[in-house]
Amino acid sequence: MSKKDDKHPEVPTTGHSWDGIEELDNPLPRWWLWTFYACIAFAIYLFIWYPSWPISTKGAWAGLGHYSSRADVAKEIKKYNDANAAVDKRLASADLNAIEKDPELNSYAMNGGAAVFRTWCAQCHGAGANGAKGFPSLIDDDWLWGGTIQDIHQTVSHGIRYAADPDTRDSEMPAWGDQLSKAEIANVVQYVLSISGGQADKAAAKAGATVFADNCAACHGEDAKGGRDFGAPNLTDAIWLYGGDVKTITKTVTYGRKGVMPAWSGRLSESQIRQVATYIHQQGGGE
Amino acid sequence: MLDYLKLIVLAVITLFAAMAANFAHDFAFELHAILIVIIAGGLFIYTLRHTNDPPKPAPTGYMDGVIRAGVIATGFWGIVGFLAGTFIAFQLAFPHLNFEFLQGYGNFGRLRPLHTSAVIFAFGGNALIATSFYVVQRTSAARLWGGNMAWFVFWGYQLFIVLAATGYLMGVTQSKEYAEPEWYVDIWLTIVWVAYLAVFFGTILKRKEKHIYVANWFYLSFIVTIAMLHVINNLAVPVSIFGSKSVQLFAGVQDAMTQWWYGHNAVGFFLTAGFLGMMYYFVPKQAERPVYSYKLSIIHFWALIFLYIWAGPHHLHYTALPDWAQYLGMAFSIMLWMPSWGGMINGLMTLSGAWDKLRTDPILRMMVISVAFYGMSTFEGPVMSIRAVNSLSHYTNWTIGHVHSGALGWNGMITFGALYFLTPRLWKKERLYSLSMVSWHFWLATIGIVLYASSMWVAGITQGLMWREVDAQGFLVNSFADTVAAMHPMYIIRGLGGVLYLTGGVIMVVNLWKTVTSAPAKSDLTASAVPAE
Repeated sequence: MSKKDDKHPEVPTTGHSWDGIEELDNPLPRWWLWTFYACIAFAIYLFIWYPSWPISTKGAWAGLGHYSSRADVAKEIKKYNDANAAVDKRLASADLNAIEKDPELNSYAMNGGAAVFRTWCAQCHGAGANGAKGFPSLIDDDWLWGGTIQDIHQTVSHGIRYAADPDTRDSEMPAWGDQLSKAEIANVVQYVLSISGGQADKAAAKAGATVFADNCAACHGEDAKGGRDFGAPNLTDAIWLYGGDVKTITKTVTYGRKGVMPAWSGRLSESQIRQVATYIHQQGGGE
Repeated sequence: MLDYLKLIVLAVITLFAAMAANFAHDFAFELHAILIVIIAGGLFIYTLRHTNDPPKPAPTGYMDGVIRAGVIATGFWGIVGFLAGTFIAFQLAFPHLNFEFLQGYGNFGRLRPLHTSAVIFAFGGNALIATSFYVVQRTSAARLWGGNMAWFVFWGYQLFIVLAATGYLMGVTQSKEYAEPEWYVDIWLTIVWVAYLAVFFGTILKRKEKHIYVANWFYLSFIVTIAMLHVINNLAVPVSIFGSKSVQLFAGVQDAMTQWWYGHNAVGFFLTAGFLGMMYYFVPKQAERPVYSYKLSIIHFWALIFLYIWAGPHHLHYTALPDWAQYLGMAFSIMLWMPSWGGMINGLMTLSGAWDKLRTDPILRMMVISVAFYGMSTFEGPVMSIRAVNSLSHYTNWTIGHVHSGALGWNGMITFGALYFLTPRLWKKERLYSLSMVSWHFWLATIGIVLYASSMWVAGITQGLMWREVDAQGFLVNSFADTVAAMHPMYIIRGLGGVLYLTGGVIMVVNLWKTVTSAPAKSDLTASAVPAE
């Protein structure tokens, strides 16, 4: 059957030839075969020690080691929960003002709050808490609803304009496009620009001042410095939630704004809410 | 008689497609229906005009026209796929490249499946079909079975690619990775695939050689298994016969398991078994050496196809999939290591006695590095299937790096080698236009892969470590955005790797083009062209 290959007299070919391709009759490499056997042995060990084969409709072979992913995760979570249990319980019932004065509570709240923030808040407010268009910066002194630890705790717990929570903070920047003429809106935009240090048309701004006093001052105040009862922003600083150019302000006035922040009570534990409130309070703007 | 049957079928398809275009529920379905009307209607008119043509004499010799078309299609889709991949790599590095005007058509989410399908199914699939047609004829000493059915397979497959790709851009997807095309495209591919199986198997049945060559075992296992995987993973009920949307038959974790049974074996049988078929023909031909071990080829073939089909659950470690399925998948993945390496050993050892050729033959060099990358990826795969390793690597760029060391290194390089081998022979040329361009291609592609794989290893391990990092109290240390920011330099390096690989591909296409147009013609045609019948 086999014939000798002229160039390799020691190894015969199988005697077949396809389009000039021949095959040598070399044996399986030893190291290859033994490694293959070793892998099979390891697989058999896995089959015996771990859950592996479905043996009946009631379930699979559980394995001699009784391994379970869920039990593994539960064990790891329990380890940290047990270690943190005492301080966690204390934090949940402590007086809010006392947290920062208690080194143990404060350190726990700051570490945990940072983690809560990274997981749940950073998507909108940014990993550095500096905010983004439509999502306020949490590291400056400019607070819409208040920057004391109580205010922050309230905001995180119940959210802003979050319909599912009856205690949510609520207010509305109405769409003035229905109430005011285009000229009036253009004028009040110029007025807002003029009081916030922007380049404004003086005549238009003057006309806009009246429009502002009649319509906007109720929430934003006579001095336009905003009002925390309504979450109305201060319009005299150069900090803008949606943008301070003519086009954006015109859009804001015409169509209104209705930014939503979800309520976190129910999703986060009371301790976690306090952690993140403490963390935000100490990012530079806390009052 | 056959012509009348064809006319009836084409007329029915044209009419039904016209109805579908009229009643279509969505734009993509309407566009695809119109495309079918044009194609089927055009074929109807063509057939009608040639109905009374005198019968042509039955052609003899090997059927190479369809393989020439396959070589051109492979080069074309390769460039399309590499270009799309390079662009989306930069979209990840610089999100601004998801331009406003591209939203809904050319943003990352739409282009990513376009890239994967273009390289795997368009580039890889055309390479597999073309080379399998070439190899099965030569190693069976028989002309392709089924007459023009081979052409139906070729053009039917191109239609599948166009329907799938345009669908992705318009958002038509069933959201299953590597199985995105919707139900009507799936049905079409099934028809084409059955025809492909018929042509291939028919040719084997009428072979003149006593034994079936090992390359054909691998090609056949690839064709049969892909048919099975494709049909089962795409079981779905269309919401309407006139709309593109369908609802999957399986739900929840069963759907996930079916999907990754499919997904992993698409890698196993499309990108491994099929391409091993390619390797088993082109490496010994180019090296002009016998295959190292017949025994090894038998054992590793059967071991590979028996073990591969079980390994899918390792894509679902630490998910809702029951632990027993995860361990089962992991154990089979580990056992798969040596059967995979059998192909590498047979490829590399075939060169024993011919290693000196690597110095002078850049085509052989390309094939050898391809086999080396194959060995690396098929070692890395079992390692990543170990749950403890997977808990670090899963969902990170490590997986992307792993896939690309296999796809760019193994599948890409062996295909390039095959194209360089085939082009002068198919167009009856003395030699390639330029061997130094092959060398350039080799180095650009190799350096490109090294940049790609190493940057993604670093990126993946960085990601994995950052995601799992907790402090002493068990609190998370990094935000997700932090881990995205950490990827930026790695994404740029990866993109540059893609640029090099794409450049190499362009050089190849130019070289092959010039080979066809301006290399000297082969004077003696009798040397290799053994008449089939």
